[in-house]
Amino acid sequence: MKQKIIHSEAHKKFLQKIRRHTALVQISRILFLIILVALWETGARLQWFDPFILSSPSRVLATITRLARDGSLFTHIGVTLWETVLGFLLGTGLGILIAAILWWLPTLNEIADPYLVVLNALPKIALGPILIVWVGAGMKSIIVMAVLVSLVVTTVTMLGGFLSSTADKQLLMRTLGANKWQIFRKVVLPAGVPTMISALKISVGMSWVGVIVGEYLVSRAGLGYLIVYGGQVFKLDLVMASVVILCALAAGMYALVALIERKTCKA
Amino acid sequence: MPAPLLSLQDVSLIYHDREGETPAIQNLSFSVYPGEFVAIVGPSGCGKTTVLSLIMGLLQPTSGTLTLQNGRADIGYMLQSDHLLEWRTVEKNVLLGLEVRRALNPQTRAKAREILQTYGLGDFMRHRPAQLSGGMRQKAALLRTLVLEPNLLLLDEPFSALDYQTRLGIADEVYDIIKREGKTAVLVTHDIAEALSLSDRVLIFSGRPASVKTEIRIALDKTKSPLQRRSEPEFQAYFQRVWGDLNQ
Repeated sequence: MKQKIIHSEAHKKFLQKIRRHTALVQISRILFLIILVALWETGARLQWFDPFILSSPSRVLATITRLARDGSLFTHIGVTLWETVLGFLLGTGLGILIAAILWWLPTLNEIADPYLVVLNALPKIALGPILIVWVGAGMKSIIVMAVLVSLVVTTVTMLGGFLSSTADKQLLMRTLGANKWQIFRKVVLPAGVPTMISALKISVGMSWVGVIVGEYLVSRAGLGYLIVYGGQVFKLDLVMASVVILCALAAGMYALVALIERKTCKA
Repeated sequence: MPAPLLSLQDVSLIYHDREGETPAIQNLSFSVYPGEFVAIVGPSGCGKTTVLSLIMGLLQPTSGTLTLQNGRADIGYMLQSDHLLEWRTVEKNVLLGLEVRRALNPQTRAKAREILQTYGLGDFMRHRPAQLSGGMRQKAALLRTLVLEPNLLLLDEPFSALDYQTRLGIADEVYDIIKREGKTAVLVTHDIAEALSLSDRVLIFSGRPASVKTEIRIALDKTKSPLQRRSEPEFQAYFQRVWGDLNQ
């Protein structure tokens, strides 16, 4: 139901105020970045600090260009991105599935509850060395780590979402003659969509944590590997360059989830 | 007299919980005949809703028999709150029962559209429930039940969530719909005036464990709307009688 838009003088002023505020926020954001980069660069040039330890924007850029030229940059990005996307998809997919099963079987849920609490509280990273022994020192353990980190949080969040679907709505479905699968399919699952989106958002960040930690522990390629390697040989340019790329990638993936959110909310 | 659509014979129900067992219903017997509008009133917490759950088959009686002429698929249940699903349009909400019963086809879809049109929700088919007023939402909930073509409607305080003015209006409308569609109805309410204005017969329940204390046949002018019946001269007398029986 569209309201009629009234353009009185006062309303125009009000709109102008909102626009001005938005512009202020946007410009300040960009300005902050520019000032930060400028200070960083100036500081390095004028030797306020040792650029060997803190690197500088120009050196980061030079490093990225060099890595891009010999092609290794894309290999590393590719490896990390693949591990993260796979870990994220498997982790959230399995998490939603497990949450659905626990919703379906309340007794099982009751039995599993304390274990879920412990698993949720446990820093999954502590399992790294065990994973290496079990799965092997390679990409597999990194993906398993990413899955583990995002899986538990997704399960717990989604289960909460499924269970919060009101008993009354389920009663309604029963009075219409619905079976349990129909109740899940038509009420519990759609009611859980907002929870699912927030679970995805948490899970994206978690997958990155899992992958980078995994790469710290075992890998021979990937951004996490570059960071560890750069740290070990004191190539801080390489470390900073990797972190900058990581920032961009993580933000990109988050933006993608946010896009999905807008799409589903509209539908 | 035709065979009753629904009849309860000495039905009892005992609730179990950790503290022990509570008799909720004891030796409850009553029948509902085709085309009737029966209202159940009683003190709050006496088990009025429990009776509807029994009829609907959501609970099993501990003893006694409950007979339905046409089985459970013939019952439509209207709850206190409309429980429309916010992510579905009004039309899709009305189609929910048909979907669940795998009875959704071009004919039933057309029929759903038709009753939405007939009862004034035609322009709101594509709207979300959030865009509807409380009264319209309740009407949509009734239509969701009616597309399944039940003969017996169970109404569990269907107007209690609405404000008084909306309530009087929607009660008239719902009554009109039920009569036009030729349905039989059992209404549970704590509102004596509502029970009197809508029904042919009022069953007054005792406190827990529930049984029928008295039964009053309402002989108000059936050609008038429920709202108009409220101003009939006999209305006050009926009210006093029910009030007296309830508080005996």
